[in-house]
Amino acid sequence: MRHIAVSLLLVAFPQAAFGVNPSEMLSDPALELRAREISKELRCVVCQNQSIDESDATLARDLRVLVRERLAAGDDDQGVIDYVVSRYGDFVLLRPPVKGATLALWGGPIAIVLFALIAVFVFFRRQRQTAKAPIAATPLNEQERQRLQDLLAEKEH
Amino acid sequence: MTAEIGHFALVLALFVAVAQASLPLIGAHRGDPGWMALAKPTAILQFALVAVAFACLTHVFVTSDFSVVNVVSNSHTDKPLLYKISGVWGNHEGSLLLWVLILAIFGAAVAVFGANLPPALKARVLSIQAMIAVGFYLFMLLTSNPFDRIFPPPLNGRGLNPLLQDPGLAIHPPMLYLGYVGFSMAFSFAIAALIEGRVDAAWARWVRPWTLAAWCFLTGGIALGSWWAYYELGWGGWWFWDPVENASFMPWLAGTALLHSSTVVEKRDTLKGWTILLAIITFSLSLLGTFLVRSGVLTSVHAFATDPTRGVFILALLVIVIGGSLALFAWRGPKLVSTGLFQPVSREGGLLFNNLVMATACAAVLLGTLYPLLLDAPGGGKVSVGPPFFNTVLIPLMIPMIAAMAVGPFLSWKRSDLMPALRRLRIALVLTIVAAIVTYAVHGDEPVLGVVALAMAVWLGTGVLTELAERIRLFRSPLSESFRRLGRLPRASWGMTIGHLGLAITIAGMAGAGAWKVESIQVMKPGDKVTVGGYEYRFTGAKAGKGPNYKFVGGQFTVSRHGREITKLTSEKRVYNVSQQPTTEAGIHTTWRGDLYAVIGDAEGSGGAFVTRLYFNPLVVWIWAGTLIMVFAGALSLTDRRHRVGAPHRKSSAVSLPGAQEA
Repeated sequence: MRHIAVSLLLVAFPQAAFGVNPSEMLSDPALELRAREISKELRCVVCQNQSIDESDATLARDLRVLVRERLAAGDDDQGVIDYVVSRYGDFVLLRPPVKGATLALWGGPIAIVLFALIAVFVFFRRQRQTAKAPIAATPLNEQERQRLQDLLAEKEH
Repeated sequence: MTAEIGHFALVLALFVAVAQASLPLIGAHRGDPGWMALAKPTAILQFALVAVAFACLTHVFVTSDFSVVNVVSNSHTDKPLLYKISGVWGNHEGSLLLWVLILAIFGAAVAVFGANLPPALKARVLSIQAMIAVGFYLFMLLTSNPFDRIFPPPLNGRGLNPLLQDPGLAIHPPMLYLGYVGFSMAFSFAIAALIEGRVDAAWARWVRPWTLAAWCFLTGGIALGSWWAYYELGWGGWWFWDPVENASFMPWLAGTALLHSSTVVEKRDTLKGWTILLAIITFSLSLLGTFLVRSGVLTSVHAFATDPTRGVFILALLVIVIGGSLALFAWRGPKLVSTGLFQPVSREGGLLFNNLVMATACAAVLLGTLYPLLLDAPGGGKVSVGPPFFNTVLIPLMIPMIAAMAVGPFLSWKRSDLMPALRRLRIALVLTIVAAIVTYAVHGDEPVLGVVALAMAVWLGTGVLTELAERIRLFRSPLSESFRRLGRLPRASWGMTIGHLGLAITIAGMAGAGAWKVESIQVMKPGDKVTVGGYEYRFTGAKAGKGPNYKFVGGQFTVSRHGREITKLTSEKRVYNVSQQPTTEAGIHTTWRGDLYAVIGDAEGSGGAFVTRLYFNPLVVWIWAGTLIMVFAGALSLTDRRHRVGAPHRKSSAVSLPGAQEA
């Protein structure tokens, strides 16, 4: 049990990243730049939260090579991503696609902003209403009354 | 023997904490001064006992006592002393002990320095602190005892993760925990206020120093972690939106909101319920952060299943603390009546806007961090939420907030006008536009976001300075008068000015390093030259060597610009003896314009050629310089005289609270 916890702890920390190697790189700088940008959107599926651009895992390397092969074959950026998704599924996308299972994820922030705006609107409306109503003074409690009398008595001396 | 003393001290601490959690609370309820007064000695005793336990654990680590499982799993005789000590909290069990030690330190600090607090409030605060402690003691003693023995003891330990053997990361967890646990004070004060049904300016002043201190530590801790990632992971990245980072970023966002809303409570007697709620949320996120990182649940939900006792305990603890406090809030919160009214365009309105953005950002980060878990747990499939998601959501939120940050301090309390404020900011606006045009001209249509971010930094920076100039009536009254005013500014307002300036500097750093980083990856033979970002790197070869507990290959680079040598960089690739895990040490030369950054990779062939990664990271050091300034600003604000002299007195509190005679 403890060993599991320890090994989990080790993977929970990001590993030193060596990422792209010169041997994989394309000779055309423009194409290579596109490959790098695409790689940042794709997850190394065996790693802990790393893109294939950062990871030195074998699988990440294979994917980097694959991305470059597709680019060299003339695919556009979306075409390359679609190709990788068709083989590895949506899990490979670091920017999850908008669909049923991720509706709450993408819709969430928008819903939160709307909720916040409504809350603020209600807050200010309520405040206006209270402002109109006369403010009821909080009555003093027994001790406070006593203290007030003491203070007044003190002043007289 | 030492381990048994530590274990025993921990058990005793549990019992003392149970007493501290119950007796003073009952005393406060009944108005019994004797029972309330128990809070102080129990808090101090509890601290003493945890300190003994912590000292014992440190002792077994330093002496490499391999009959203790924890030492076997996380230490090794070859390790330098610093990392033997940091090994104490570099693991699940030890980090919990550190957590609870810091909790006890804060509790004892309130007990000793909280003489100005009304006895009932003090009793309740310390009781609630102790309740949190009881949860942690039980968790440790029942599921994660750091003092467990092993028989027969092995000859040596398994060592600490080499990545963690770094001075920056040795002090990163304690800093972070001082932040997390510091927010427990705000939480305890909030719960005590809910029980009393009373939140006022005095309450806000009592809470503020604790919140501010916690915020400073958390800011420092996050910056330290990010800096470590920058120089240790070897490719110049400084923020990854990793769940582990998000776990510390969420309490920071909520805590920053809390810091701003508590000002409104103090000055204007409104937003009380919201501030209490923020205090609860901030600490809940701190707890969540602690457990998210430590439970392994982030790696996979199935980690929970493999170790159900811990998982169930954590869930139960979170449900009790978060659910319980929110239920109490729902019940007692409506009783907190706010009296201060304000218009949407006002200082309060500006602070409320900050709160909305911070809270929304925090909720979005929480959603993104937990979504994969929430979807996977009931079998909804696997999904990855990575940096592209967080950037897409967070950046649009942050831009309007920074735009408003420059304006807010110009607005007056209660009601204000936007136009006069904007008129006073016209110089800042002109400078911002100039900065944007210049950046655009230099970098062409390179990332537009970089231009926007840099412009925002200039806007905030110049806006803050304009506000300072206005306040001291610079150029509108004689210079001597301005200086006199400058000297008279309260430290709290210096804190705001400097803190916001620090953020502007950090944003500039993020813009530079994020948008215009130059990278070059290639194979270099000794003598080869490569130009990166206008600097010429010459590889002079690599040498092998031995460190205390690792072997390394060190590559040397000579960097020059316009033919003049600037610096020599050494980058090491290390392999640690015990774990055989490789790590990199980047060679970094820091300048205000940007960092020169060189990393050596694998050997290529036998001719002394190596894969090298060379970077120019523009303005990157501004990120940490800015955060350091923010921490300094927080500390400065902490020394404001209103926290020291004329310690807040509650209006009529001397009589309205039972047991006041004790004070």
